[in-house]
Amino acid sequence: MGKAFKYGDNVNTDVIIPARYLNTSNPQELAAHAMEDIDAAFAERVRPGDVIVGGKNFGSGSSREHAPLALKTAGVSAVIAESFARIFYRNSFNIGFPLLESKEASEAIEAGNEIEIAFEGGAIRNLTKGETYKAEPLPPFMANLVKSGGLVGYVKAKA
Amino acid sequence: MPNDRIPMTMTQKILAAHSGLDEVRPGQFIEADLDIVLANDITGAPAIKEFRRMGAGHVFDKTKVVLIPDHYTPNKDIKAAEQAKDLRDFAIEQGIVHYYEVGRVGIEHALLPEQGIVTAGEVIIGADSHTCTYGALGAFSTGIGSTDMAAGMATGKAWFRVPEAFKFELTGKLGPWASGKDVILYIIGRIGGDGARYASMEFTGDGIAALSMDDRFTIANMAIEAGAKNGIFPVDDQTKSYIESHPGKFVQRKPVIYEADPDAEYMETYPIDLSAIRPTISFPSLPENAKPIDEAKGIKIDQVVIGSCTNGRSQDMQEAAAILKNKQVAPGVRCIIIPATQEVYLECVKKGWAEIFIHAGAVFSTPTCGPCLGGHMGVLAAGERAISTTNRNFVGRMGHVTSEVYLANPAVAAASAITGVITDPADLV
Repeated sequence: MGKAFKYGDNVNTDVIIPARYLNTSNPQELAAHAMEDIDAAFAERVRPGDVIVGGKNFGSGSSREHAPLALKTAGVSAVIAESFARIFYRNSFNIGFPLLESKEASEAIEAGNEIEIAFEGGAIRNLTKGETYKAEPLPPFMANLVKSGGLVGYVKAKA
Repeated sequence: MPNDRIPMTMTQKILAAHSGLDEVRPGQFIEADLDIVLANDITGAPAIKEFRRMGAGHVFDKTKVVLIPDHYTPNKDIKAAEQAKDLRDFAIEQGIVHYYEVGRVGIEHALLPEQGIVTAGEVIIGADSHTCTYGALGAFSTGIGSTDMAAGMATGKAWFRVPEAFKFELTGKLGPWASGKDVILYIIGRIGGDGARYASMEFTGDGIAALSMDDRFTIANMAIEAGAKNGIFPVDDQTKSYIESHPGKFVQRKPVIYEADPDAEYMETYPIDLSAIRPTISFPSLPENAKPIDEAKGIKIDQVVIGSCTNGRSQDMQEAAAILKNKQVAPGVRCIIIPATQEVYLECVKKGWAEIFIHAGAVFSTPTCGPCLGGHMGVLAAGERAISTTNRNFVGRMGHVTSEVYLANPAVAAASAITGVITDPADLV
């Protein structure tokens, strides 16, 4: 359970973690600058369990896995968006960071709403508004990846 | 051929062949064998960490893993130096054949085709979003992240969701001062930054014959800016002659030519008349904000960047030199010209373009991604504005969060350097 941070369409990897900080891949250093160019106060205000809500094409741009890693390390429990850019999508699942696709939730959730997510089944509950939204179900392959704890676990299990 | 055969796109055929399958369908999850696995100094360091965490001892094939320190090199600061060192140490430890040191290195997506490291029909992944560039050679090539890179290095395989495709049917011929950059900016403007999300962009049509290989590299390079998984061109005589004239120095690769089935299914077909495409400018802060140059003329600029994996090739340098010859960069404007590889750099020297750039008052540097992502070699101050031949104009991309980037082709960028405002090269001569 956590509070929602709400942003618009096309939240790209350059604002999630600006390239000027990519001279390191240390997760804590990256987390300290998460969302800096779109929301300078984010890193200070975010608490473990909080969620990010975006619009269309969340995570567009670079292949930098530093982007989902920065959000995950900052304590974000999930990103909810109407749609995700593909490299960000695969990177997130590969590092075991959950994303939920839901147009309904993306539109209805407002900044500061208390959100609770039941990942099995994909139900997103808005405790502030007393509403429940449904996320698109994960393809079985992706669900399996999540169960393995990401691609490292998946590769190890197959070896 | 049996009647129940599934018609496939060019991309689907390459993926099927690399997965040991006769056919694949869009939406299907597959595991494909990889011909090349690529990373740079920024994405390589974390990939190496994950590689160790997987418990892998050796890369699956030391001739198929390519490590290119191009982003923050020559090292911009101590941390960047440490990352480049991680990459170098790993390359030595693993006996990586295609590791290129500063002095030999170029921007990855210009270097790999030039050095014959990638060829037609291959499946290539790279921990860099612009890996889609090699689609110009008729390969399936796509950007992935560091953990995918690690798994690819360890196992020689990657998982994919088989993509749907959009078809772009190119006809006619580009007018003066328009090039591949304008084609792709125009297309992104038309379909949007997520217009081809998760899908392939397959370019076809008789207009392709008149596009140079450098034009095609530029077009395929920016497929990601429309959200695509890959962009791909059919293999024609020009592709074959490019591949033949760029043989691998260490490993000879064998091109395989795939063609889309005539009845392959596309989500949509976009007819594109090349003769109608004007030099095109993408306004801040999304590549999809593309407008004909006529709507951008006169916008004041502080900096010009000509280079990158998008526009740092021979043709790009030639176009910039043709414009800057016997001209001067406007007072108060910084013009930074960065050829993408050492071969292109040397060509600039031999053909006199380097001299033209220096006489004009431009910076002329050895290869680096530097300014494209606001790393070094041309970072913008608050409120400054650049016109750039690079690929992204996101908020803060080239520096301060209030700085602005306008994307353009090399001729437009060079013309703007002379006047200090966004300028149509046609108005100069």
